[in-house]
Amino acid sequence: MPLAVKRPPNPPEKTRGRAVPAESASIRPRESVWRRIRRDRALLVMMVPGVLYFLVFQYGALFGNIVAFENYVPFLGFAQSQWVGLANFATLFGDPGFWQALRNTVELAGLQLVFFVPVPLALALLLHSVLRGWVRKAVTSVVFLPHFLSWVVAIALFQQVLGPTGLLGGVLSGGGSHLVNVFADPSLFKPLMIGELIWKDCGWATVIFTAALFGVNESLYESSAIDGAGPWRRFWHVTLPGIRPVLILVLVMRVGDILTVGFDQVMMQRDGFGPQVAEVLDTYVYFHATVNGDWSVAAAAGLFKGVVGLVLVVCANKIAHRLGEEGVYR
Amino acid sequence: MTISSAISGRRWRSSLAPEPRPAWQEKPKAATSLAKGSALILITAIAVVPFWVELSTSLSTNHQLLRNGAGFTLWPQPFSLQAYRGILQGGLITKAVGVSLGLTLVGTAASLATTVLLAYALSRPGVTGGKQVLMMCLFAFLFPPGLIPTYLVVDNLHLLNTYSSLVLPVLVNVFNLVVMRGFFQGIPSELYEAARLDGAGEWTTLLRIVLPLSKPVIAVVGFFYAVTYWNQWFQGLFYLNDASQWPLGTLLRLLVTQGSNVDANGSTAAVINQNPIAEQAATVVLAILPILLVYPFTQRFFTKGVLTGAVKS
Repeated sequence: MPLAVKRPPNPPEKTRGRAVPAESASIRPRESVWRRIRRDRALLVMMVPGVLYFLVFQYGALFGNIVAFENYVPFLGFAQSQWVGLANFATLFGDPGFWQALRNTVELAGLQLVFFVPVPLALALLLHSVLRGWVRKAVTSVVFLPHFLSWVVAIALFQQVLGPTGLLGGVLSGGGSHLVNVFADPSLFKPLMIGELIWKDCGWATVIFTAALFGVNESLYESSAIDGAGPWRRFWHVTLPGIRPVLILVLVMRVGDILTVGFDQVMMQRDGFGPQVAEVLDTYVYFHATVNGDWSVAAAAGLFKGVVGLVLVVCANKIAHRLGEEGVYR
Repeated sequence: MTISSAISGRRWRSSLAPEPRPAWQEKPKAATSLAKGSALILITAIAVVPFWVELSTSLSTNHQLLRNGAGFTLWPQPFSLQAYRGILQGGLITKAVGVSLGLTLVGTAASLATTVLLAYALSRPGVTGGKQVLMMCLFAFLFPPGLIPTYLVVDNLHLLNTYSSLVLPVLVNVFNLVVMRGFFQGIPSELYEAARLDGAGEWTTLLRIVLPLSKPVIAVVGFFYAVTYWNQWFQGLFYLNDASQWPLGTLLRLLVTQGSNVDANGSTAAVINQNPIAEQAATVVLAILPILLVYPFTQRFFTKGVLTGAVKS
């Protein structure tokens, strides 16, 4: 690089310098790599299991994505399987089932994005206005709990309530003997998915939003009230700007999850609704591999999903930065 | 501001009395207060009722459910532990509960140990390679490798149909790692310096100074890991062929998906005959119970543990 500035022989230590004895940092010249490794050997040993995990199961697996460019035959392994370049992607993009899955995914994710923020925000505002601490605590603890259940359990509970023989099953079928199955009616798939998501994870977002609401400066409310602002204007001009960073953080996190939309949730219910309505990208990958045995095309779909997901998070994060917020990372 | 203050009060008070209303806030009308109260009760009910229905159904008998002609009961009459006895007297579900318990214990211990070590090493400023390793972890978070390649790795390591395949592929969670690293960074550097002056190496510092100070974050991250392992179902389905090896979640999924396969025109009796409802409900309750038991104890740590860690990073 032509513009490279000549490095001073002893680069200034960063402010939060490591707790090495102060004199060694200032007197000795820059330590060689080997010396530093020797110095940090205890810490490096501590890193070994974690780093091994990432290298093998994250980066090793990332490398395994080459099967997306092969005609992978499990019997041959990926060293022997034939290299086919982008043929799998051609097959993938020619498959209407894939586009259906992609559309379902994006639609579901969009709906979730729209519905997921207002409900917990409303609940957080409601809780914030409650003056009895024990009421706040009790309600928060109760609505937070489902977040820790698995989707298997959550859907079992939903079936017990909304299923044909469940608590509200009779109500839903209008008292007739003909059973309505909420879990198999294609027109109800999306509302059901969103309802389940809200039931399960609303409490999680509520906790985050409530914390943010309590972080808003009280004196701003006070002065705006003195200036004659009513509850709505205070909400619009004080509350919303005050919790903006948290709102944007939650939104960015959900945007990153768009393509991962409810794999667990859909896996439990896909059979009832059928793949036409209930296939999302992740289930497409799974069933293409395990049922059709088409590992390469499945891997191609997975890789497509991963790349688009990465692009989405990076974009969402860029937008968050444009808006002057931290986002997920810097 | 922290979660606990959000939950427990503007100012810390333990009494049941309401806090004083801020002077600037209008006193709500009676109708508004009533609406708010009802909304809170309704929301709580929506959260709680499914649990109640499931619990009372599990404490009922299939015979009784069949006579009522419904797949549930709001009040177990007669009260019976028959369903629990049925699923816990050996057989698939008993085995699955054992597998899940073992998986949760071993998995949580392994994950926690790996995460603590890595987070501690990465929390020390200027450690050789620390930056690169951290970037590596964060990138893995943004670009997860996907189902098929992960399966191929598990296959190539000959882990298919072993219990290791339930733990190793999900050993470290990046979010937990970041939270824990953030918490460690929040420990005053004076303590590290004091330990160093006393001649403590990194291991001693970690075990004697950092860990005792980090109980909140250990409790919370441990809870997250334990919940993940207890709830796990997909790995069992993907990596284990033999249903007798399955953890509880995988088995439960089978029951649940069968439930949703029910023919829309099927009669109630047929549905109940097809799946023993009380046994299924009891299995669901068993899957909830451990989480429900541990949940209240970890709650008070959420503040100190997660928020300080998350905010730092």
